[in-house]
Amino acid sequence: MPTKMNIKLLHDEYKKALIRKRRQVLFFQMLIFLLFFALWELSSRLKWIDPLIFSSPSKIWDLFLSFMTDGSLPSHISTTLFETILGFLIGTGAGVIFAAILWWSPFLSKVLDPYLVIFNAMPKVALGPIFIVILGPNMTSIITMGAIIAVIITTIVVYSSFRNVDPNYVKVLQTFGATRFQCFWEAILPSSFPTIISSLKVNVGLAWVGVIVGEFLVSKQGLGYLIIYGFQVFNFTLVLLSLLIIALFATLMYKGVEWLEKKLIKSNE
Amino acid sequence: MDVLQIQNISHVYFSQKTTTTALLDVSLSAKKGEFISIIGPSGCGKTTLLSIMAGLISPTKGDVFIDGEPVQFGNRKTGYMLQQDYLFPWKTIEENALLGLKLSNKLNEENKMKTIVLLNKMGLTNVEKMYPKQLSGGMRQRVSLVRTLATDPKLLLLDEPFSALDFQTKLKLEELVFNTLKQFQKTAVLVTHDIGEAIAMSDRIYLLSNGPGTIHEIFDVPEKIRNRSPLEARSQPEYNVLFQRIWKELESLANKDEY
Ligand SMILES: Nc1ncnc2c1ncn2[C@@H]1O[C@H](COP(=O)(O)OP(=O)(O)OP(=O)(O)O)[C@@H](O)[C@H]1O
Ligand SMILES: [Mg+2]
Repeated sequence: MPTKMNIKLLHDEYKKALIRKRRQVLFFQMLIFLLFFALWELSSRLKWIDPLIFSSPSKIWDLFLSFMTDGSLPSHISTTLFETILGFLIGTGAGVIFAAILWWSPFLSKVLDPYLVIFNAMPKVALGPIFIVILGPNMTSIITMGAIIAVIITTIVVYSSFRNVDPNYVKVLQTFGATRFQCFWEAILPSSFPTIISSLKVNVGLAWVGVIVGEFLVSKQGLGYLIIYGFQVFNFTLVLLSLLIIALFATLMYKGVEWLEKKLIKSNE
Repeated sequence: MDVLQIQNISHVYFSQKTTTTALLDVSLSAKKGEFISIIGPSGCGKTTLLSIMAGLISPTKGDVFIDGEPVQFGNRKTGYMLQQDYLFPWKTIEENALLGLKLSNKLNEENKMKTIVLLNKMGLTNVEKMYPKQLSGGMRQRVSLVRTLATDPKLLLLDEPFSALDFQTKLKLEELVFNTLKQFQKTAVLVTHDIGEAIAMSDRIYLLSNGPGTIHEIFDVPEKIRNRSPLEARSQPEYNVLFQRIWKELESLANKDEY
């Protein structure tokens, strides 16, 4: 039958077109990447930009290699990574738990509402010096900053998603004599997974901000410390190297959350 | 003893600006093994009445007794099938159907098998691993019915359980539900808009009138129809007589509303 053949042919062409489009996009993405670094290198060598401030990719690479061989860079990276991941997990986890408590007690949530708004509007990094005084100039203060910056906004967003769950799902559970905890576990929490995931994505960025600022203040270890140190000794190659490494790991963490999302949404379908 | 006893129930919904009297002084009862139906115009308080029987909302006035005990929120004596299916979209059909058993810690291999068999009997085969959105409205309604029946409650409360089904399937399910309930001597309350369904399935029919909901009239279904299965009942001469009577009453209620 001629029509059948046509359909298969058209489908193949359609798929080919899709692949071609995807290749094109990838090509231009790579092109931008290469052009950016090439232009950076070139303009630095030709002194279109001040090489002292903007450094150059080759200098950054050299610094990276020497830092890797003397082993100091891996320890800075692992410190910052540890603090960020821990701050991220604590911030998000505590936010979800607070949201659950607010859902549990509507009275408490009404009472606390204005305080949440105030606390959310306040720039949390400004609390840094206070943490350092209370907890000491160490890793604990830095992790606290990574966590505190995300916790309130997570609480607010997740709690509002808890409240917007269709009450009829809870009603179904109540017809079976479900306890309040069962209602939470079977209806409220799973309905809110998409919101929790999207706040995870926001929190990746927030945790980095908190930790880097914390390291600026504590100034002992980590990529934030390298940035501050590089700034003080006017070594901008070091500052830019740290920035690039932060960008790389923040992206990896974001990708990790996306992977988690795919897993959760798959069981959600 | 009456399994279900409702004494002078009134219910008012309050909001900031308005009050709605949904039910006024409603009394009814059902003995063990009895099947009663509630019909009436839209908005006359049928769903409200079922929710009160299930203990989900407590009435503004009046008492509800199940097995002689005042009904309580979160009791497990009643099985209540809501007007809409509300299957959980992230659970498979099997998980949805087993939900009630899981919540009451009665989930074991035997009950699980029974539930799957019940799904099959309702014409749902090979859907256990699918998700609700892959099913049609009528199929979902049947899953919701299975979910309610699976917990084997003493008192069944069904809010328009067959409304989304085609006529053929509806007749088959009426037979199935009727026979199952009779076999195990279950008590049931059915809310429906279908006069024929009410006559064919029940022992007694309560007709509610609108605004506020009160019991307008009670129809006792003749012995001859009661003892027959829903399908056979429909071919009895008494069936048509009762149908006409109820129809006329409903008409008169509707006319009263217009003026
Ligand atoms: N949660 C609620 N808050 C306020 N008013 C309500 C609420 N639920 C129902 N009502 C009102 O109570 C009355 C009875 O509603 P109910 O849902 O019991 O009617 P129904 O007989 O089940 O109608 P239908 O046949 O359309 O399902 C209606 O006037 C409705 O507007
Ligand atoms: Mg209703």
